[in-house]
Amino acid sequence: MSEFELDARRMLCPMPVIKTQNKVKELQTGDILKVICTDPGALSDIPAWARINGHEFVGHEEQDDELIITVRVG
Amino acid sequence: MAKQHKAVALISGGLDSMLAVRVLQEQGIEVEGINFYTGFCVEGHTHAIRNHDKDKKKRNNALWAAEQLGIKLHIVDVIEEYKDVLLNPKHGYGANMNPCLDCKIFMVSKAVQWVKENHKDGFDFIITGEVIGQRPMSQRKQTMPIVAHESGADDILLRPLCAKNLPATKPELEGWVDREKLYDFSGRNRKPQMALAKEFGFTDYASPAGGCCFLTDKNYSDKLVDLWKGRGSREYEMDDIMLLKVGRHLRPKPDYKLIVARDAGESKFLEGYRKQLPSIQVISHNGPLTLVDGTFGSDDYQTAAGIVARYGQGRDSDEVEATVTIPGQDVVTIKVKPLTSEQVLEDWHV
Repeated sequence: MSEFELDARRMLCPMPVIKTQNKVKELQTGDILKVICTDPGALSDIPAWARINGHEFVGHEEQDDELIITVRVG
Repeated sequence: MAKQHKAVALISGGLDSMLAVRVLQEQGIEVEGINFYTGFCVEGHTHAIRNHDKDKKKRNNALWAAEQLGIKLHIVDVIEEYKDVLLNPKHGYGANMNPCLDCKIFMVSKAVQWVKENHKDGFDFIITGEVIGQRPMSQRKQTMPIVAHESGADDILLRPLCAKNLPATKPELEGWVDREKLYDFSGRNRKPQMALAKEFGFTDYASPAGGCCFLTDKNYSDKLVDLWKGRGSREYEMDDIMLLKVGRHLRPKPDYKLIVARDAGESKFLEGYRKQLPSIQVISHNGPLTLVDGTFGSDDYQTAAGIVARYGQGRDSDEVEATVTIPGQDVVTIKVKPLTSEQVLEDWHV
């Protein structure tokens, strides 16, 4: 299991979702992906995307104006 | 055991595509969704940049619809490929810069490609929520066969909500789908869709037949045409089309335009572009961050900063101090008299 980071700062949804989706295709089951976003909509969309596509939304942290959304690849 | 045929559905996030999927699910057909992001898609998050929209519910309707339907959703970035659809629409534009028929053909052709790539997993056909007569350009009796033909989908394109008004498609002829259980909706009347939504228990859905594309919006289309005219070229990048959705746009000279933030939320969003584009900020008073797009020289500073000052708290002052920042150069501080509302000419507003 490895941990990866994805920079989706300044992108407006659905771009952070698309970037997450494309990155996850390269990863293995159980890998952790941390997506750094500035669009608050990503906090609704990335978990929704994870739920419907068989991945796990682990949680999120807020740091200054950034959101760090963690997904475990299913 | 008989082969299980699967469908891919074009999901906009509106009611019709939700209904089309559920109609097939009722027949035991497995469906996955596909959604194309052109860059011009209307999404709540773009509006959520503004302060007064901060508390609005933020959701991507396509993702939300997929979750309600219990289907997977593939979101595909088609920004680059879509340029050719927008710039060279074979079937022309609608009321604004919306190339609706070419857009539908393009999206169905991308779905055809997806079905080919995923045929090994059982995907054999495409469904859409189209209804004859629903839309003036892409959903007319005359144009629906054009979509099927020019996309390359032909008889693997099924429109469950109006299938009974159209020739039978392969999924119906082969018995994968029971045509009798499909529908014969037509026209702009939304009552049949509302009734079916009620039957399926859909209570919360995006505005029926809601416009999902900025290109159908006159103000947005006007800004896009102005951008092209200002540059003398119809090329555009993703950042250009995002910036058309933000701020107040004024063009005091053909060579450049100003993008003036309308509130703190937009100022914060525009901050992200300060390393790419010249910017103006009043520093003696509170005021909006403004980006400059185009050819902008020191001769323009007074007029441009005077306009920017007009939209800040120093608008009634005799003089304000402002900075002009050109990426890669030293910041220039100037003193300027704010323009009056009469001096900001109506023609400058894009």
